Amino acid sequence: MTATQYSLAELMICAASKAFDNEGEVLATGIGVIPRLAASVSMSTNNTDLMMTDSEAYLLSEPNPIGARGDDFVQRNETWMGFSRIFDNVWSGKRHAMIGPTQIDQYGQSNISALGSDYDKPKIQMLGARGLPGNSISHANSFFVPNHNKRVFVANECDMVCSIGYNPERLPKGYQLDDVDIRLVISDICVMDWQGPNHQLRLVSVHPGVSVKEVIEKTGFEIHVGENIPTTAAPTAEQLALIAKFDPHNLRSKQLKDNPPGVRPTASDTEE
Amino acid sequence: MNKLKTAAEMVAELRDGMTIGIGGWGPRRKPMALIREILRSDLKDLTIVSYGGADVGMLCAAGKVKKLVFAFVSLDFIPLEPFFRKAREQGDLEVMEIDEGMLLLGLRAAAWGCPFIPTQVGLGTDVLKQNPDLKVIDSPYDDKEWVAMPALKLDAALVHVDHADERGVCQISGPDHYMDDWFVRAASKSYITCDELVESDHFNSEEAARQVFWERSLTSAVCQIAGGAHPTSCPPFYGIDNKHLLQYNKYAKEGGFGAYSDEFISNKTEQDYQDLIGGIDAIRQIPQTRY
Repeated sequence: MTATQYSLAELMICAASKAFDNEGEVLATGIGVIPRLAASVSMSTNNTDLMMTDSEAYLLSEPNPIGARGDDFVQRNETWMGFSRIFDNVWSGKRHAMIGPTQIDQYGQSNISALGSDYDKPKIQMLGARGLPGNSISHANSFFVPNHNKRVFVANECDMVCSIGYNPERLPKGYQLDDVDIRLVISDICVMDWQGPNHQLRLVSVHPGVSVKEVIEKTGFEIHVGENIPTTAAPTAEQLALIAKFDPHNLRSKQLKDNPPGVRPTASDTEE
Repeated sequence: MNKLKTAAEMVAELRDGMTIGIGGWGPRRKPMALIREILRSDLKDLTIVSYGGADVGMLCAAGKVKKLVFAFVSLDFIPLEPFFRKAREQGDLEVMEIDEGMLLLGLRAAAWGCPFIPTQVGLGTDVLKQNPDLKVIDSPYDDKEWVAMPALKLDAALVHVDHADERGVCQISGPDHYMDDWFVRAASKSYITCDELVESDHFNSEEAARQVFWERSLTSAVCQIAGGAHPTSCPPFYGIDNKHLLQYNKYAKEGGFGAYSDEFISNKTEQDYQDLIGGIDAIRQIPQTRY
């Protein structure tokens, strides 16, 4: 049954969960509340073979609810999986990570390291490249974007390219573009993938009340738009119940500014 | 062999310009008492290799770091380390920014005596552009190119563990030993602080022996400092002191690191430091973070 009352965060969780549904037995790593809940929903419904960790050192046979848990809570450990062992998994390719980069460019390259044109003196220093170089060349990756705009979807290449994408200029010797495996992009206004011509970013669906025009205007580079773009599927009652179970402290309500509803006023009502 | 030393004696063995690896991960099980001891010393021009947290932030803020080898620096719940950020944005820091798995490979290469380990990690990214010294090589076995991740040889590794004996048998009984074994194996000398010093028969337990991740011959010196990882975590004894890290973060906006150091570190002993935060009993009350 499809729900009628749901938040935008919940819509994004369900849309993002699809990224993991056909992955089979891989480690799903969702960094941040919405990606983690997306993996938790998929593991509990369409892909029960999925693996997840406790964000520390164990693989779980059932996802943990996020945040403080009661003293009687028993974590469903099944395998020790310390950080050093994560790399053995990453480099084997049996993983799908979903992260929220600060910049994404037309090639699907992403940046979480630093902003500004001078690498030696960045305008804003962020995390560092972390595991993106290794993730991007080893296994499937999806992106989560809480605020779709041109500062995220940048017109030029990312200031610091942390992950390999579909850029022919940067293709390493002996590699094909198809060796890179970037899957879905779930933003607060739409779902996209990289299956346009020559791996161009392609619009898959728009969230309720969002126009195709809005997506084009808020993206800093050209995207592929086919005929008849569908609306992103609403969460089901089962999915909403699972989300509530895995997020008992309702942290999902704090992930998007003002926690907007899933169905927004039509674009013509809100155009400035 | 009795390897007991004081933290001051350990730091006195370090030299300007050394390459020093720091165990732990972000805000977890960092040898912070040794970091504070370095902050009180005259040491300078260090090359630091770390899965960085406040250890890196403090050393940067105090001007101890010439070069940083890193994949990230983060306090986790405060994603951006404020003093590392400041040092980078002022252009103060020479860096080698690599993938966190490349860092592991660099330590392994050093541990195994290899000049490099080939990896696909880094190809197609600015990690190669920003590190022109990183060589890309042809494979003798296939037609692909590979990044030759060089050995990250350390002059010293600094690591905090929960239990150790005076001979340098070290136990990490928390859920993850991170890359600490590789830091130790990559280093000429390893300086270990522990929350509890135990008799050697503590390790007669098979469970305890399985939580020892390197041979004692790799441990150069041991010092018991209960609470020595504060404000980072050391399970099973205490979690991350988020309250203290928030306070630390606030100094980046008001007062600067000098004011933080005046309040907690400079001209103070480790005992003074712990008294300021309520003593070891208060540290051991800090719950483990639930993710």
